[in-house]
Amino acid sequence: MKQKFDKSNQVMQKYSIFIILFAMIIICSFLNKNFLSVNNVTNIMKQLAVGTILAYGEMILIISGMLDLSSGAVLALAGVFSVNFYKATGSLVLALLLAVIIAVVCNMVNALMVTNFNTPPFIATLAMQMVARGIALFYTQGQNINQLDNYIVFGQGNIGPVPISIIFMIIITIIIWYIMRHTRFGRSLYAIGGNEEAAVASGINVRKNKYIVFAINGVLVGIAGVLFMSRVNAGLPNGAVGYEMEGLTAAIVGGTSFSGGVGTTLGTLAGAFIIGCLNNIMNLIGVNSYIQQIVKGCIIAIAVIWDIRSKSKKSAKVILVEEKEECK
Amino acid sequence: MGQEIKLRVTGIDKSFPGVKALNKIEFAVRRGTVHALCGENGAGKSTLMKIINGIYKPDAGQIFIDERPVKIQNPIQARSLGIAMIAQELNYIPEMSVEENLFLGRLPVTKMGNVNWRKLRKDTLEFLKAEKLPYRPDQKLKTLTVSDIQMLEIIKAISNNAEIIVMDEPTSAITQREVEMLFKKIRILKEKGVSIIYISHKLDEVFQIADDITVFRDGSVIESHPAEEMDMDQVISLMVGRKMDNVYPKESVPIGEKLLEVKDFYQPKIFKDISFYARKGEIVGFAGLVGAGRTEVMRALFGLDHYEQGEIVINNQKAEIKGVEDSIHHNMVMLSEDRRRYGIIPIRSVMENASISSLEKFIYKGYAHEEEEKKTVAEYFKRMNVKTPSLDTRIQSLSGGNQQKVLLAKWMLREPQILILDEPTRGIDVGAKFEIYKLITELAKQQKAVIMVSSELPELIGMCDRIYVMNQGKITGELEKNDFSQEAIMKYATSIN
Repeated sequence: MKQKFDKSNQVMQKYSIFIILFAMIIICSFLNKNFLSVNNVTNIMKQLAVGTILAYGEMILIISGMLDLSSGAVLALAGVFSVNFYKATGSLVLALLLAVIIAVVCNMVNALMVTNFNTPPFIATLAMQMVARGIALFYTQGQNINQLDNYIVFGQGNIGPVPISIIFMIIITIIIWYIMRHTRFGRSLYAIGGNEEAAVASGINVRKNKYIVFAINGVLVGIAGVLFMSRVNAGLPNGAVGYEMEGLTAAIVGGTSFSGGVGTTLGTLAGAFIIGCLNNIMNLIGVNSYIQQIVKGCIIAIAVIWDIRSKSKKSAKVILVEEKEECK
Repeated sequence: MGQEIKLRVTGIDKSFPGVKALNKIEFAVRRGTVHALCGENGAGKSTLMKIINGIYKPDAGQIFIDERPVKIQNPIQARSLGIAMIAQELNYIPEMSVEENLFLGRLPVTKMGNVNWRKLRKDTLEFLKAEKLPYRPDQKLKTLTVSDIQMLEIIKAISNNAEIIVMDEPTSAITQREVEMLFKKIRILKEKGVSIIYISHKLDEVFQIADDITVFRDGSVIESHPAEEMDMDQVISLMVGRKMDNVYPKESVPIGEKLLEVKDFYQPKIFKDISFYARKGEIVGFAGLVGAGRTEVMRALFGLDHYEQGEIVINNQKAEIKGVEDSIHHNMVMLSEDRRRYGIIPIRSVMENASISSLEKFIYKGYAHEEEEKKTVAEYFKRMNVKTPSLDTRIQSLSGGNQQKVLLAKWMLREPQILILDEPTRGIDVGAKFEIYKLITELAKQQKAVIMVSSELPELIGMCDRIYVMNQGKITGELEKNDFSQEAIMKYATSIN
């Protein structure tokens, strides 16, 4: 009997974030009957795509005990170069590739600072944020790049009925999920974030893995840069300011532990959706945009507190079970 | 030695949901004596000490100090009643100075309310002088050794005018010589009328220092007697509730050819001229004081630290070891002395902790075979008698002994040929120690080479086939089984070249 209760409790705790999301969707659908319409859901997902992709990058970094404050700026840098490159060559594939390469290079510099020079990731990526934003602004002389022609297909086009940005998001979700769950690399990241010194002593090549994490983050940021610029239909050197915070928020709301070693892909996806739904419903029912910020902040705080509390209860119980075992 | 009772607890009960942690505890400590508490982990010693220190509230029962009933609500109150606790895991702030740590939480202030640094410096100097300790007040704590810090904790307790000092495993991280210093200190405290509650798994030390011994088991006091009326075997069998015939389950195993040979290992200022070997089926001990360089040699051998010169030969072939991966590749593994720092990944499950070094066994053909992983890990856990509520339990919630077994299981999964075990039984209880000894014996029987670094001489003498002794970064002695004695080892360990 007790066993059963424990089990259901565990399930509750494990899926708490999905329960929150589900509850939110139900409440939202009552608040506005258009909320669950195909149109609106597609809209939410399109708006979410960039933030979610950035959130995965933040997630894998946080899990391995790091973070990236430069993703918004690197996104803009990669985006403006990519846009201009497209205007010069007319090749979508090469433009996408260039964005990815630029973002990966920036992230290799981040990795270099973090691993070889032992700079705290917070500082290293903060510096990169300034440098990348500066280069983007210098390169464009602060001017927006307009008339993107076909470039907008990434952010606004469809394949059949499905928007391309959503396809990107889904494919990336699957890849990240696969990496974190089904590769040795993914499993090692949890160990590195959980206790880096123990990971080294267990035979994990921490340095190499950190480079790979930053490289993956770079790929994600590059893709996000292309999606962002093509969605807004311009190369904005000043765009995506603070997007790293959106990514961080989605990852943290989704149960990624800021102290490292804990987090799941689907949790982060749920975190992104919670924020996306919140934004959307408040727009639909016409909440004042200043009030929106306040509500968002509060909801994020509540969601995280709930998540932490349910998890700490779980570990407390385990300790008691352990004591009982030992007393026998 | 006084007959007066300083601290008395009667009828203490404490339950946690589903567990009775303490059951009608009756227990008294005389003034100016050392009262040892013995018992396996989870027997209730720590819970009782936490009640005395005001961290937990008892469900029932009464505490008396100087035969007057007192209620202890929190540690601050305990401190004002003259109770001080020196925890097993020392609580200190490495980046702060000696003086700040000494007066942490009670820094002297001026009338204006800001810190009175001058008075702080003066008081600290006074204490350090009175205790004959050679530290500077502004020295950061991270520059001191564990035993230095422990001494400071003790001074801190005394500076608080503590009359009852609880010491939880005070010798788990210090060497024989430092233990003697600690005991000297304890004897001085006794003369001053201070009562000491001494918790330790090391029974030989308990018998050296204790006036009274109380044995706990399963949340109850089993027996409480003056130390001279008890002997070690008796205490052990009371603790575990069964007879322990043999503390060291050593079996003689045919010793084969050389598996590992280290030649002229050298790292400036850390160690030099280190040459040793280990053979199949052999348990090789490394004795020495803390700071003799044993751990440093092993870490360098395992690829965790750099070494400047030297040659490693494994299986008659020269081995190039630049990192842990190389060691693992050569089937050599190492269990670290610092379980928390280099061993466990606290927030991950016991299963992940066990499988982290053997992932290629469970992740292949492009995906993770979780069922296989569960089955294999569960098998190893069963064989090694790891007690855990489930495979998903976070390793941090297991006891030290079980954590250590999980970490051993991690390496066993790789089926290594050479095992370096650095302080494999530090801070774990008698029952778990015995199981680890049995495992080590089992490994030797499987013709593996085991290198065992330990600061507990009886353990080395009981388990090893050959012992190297290190002192100041050099190997100063090598003893064959027939020549083993604590005296011989200590002679080499302390000899000055």
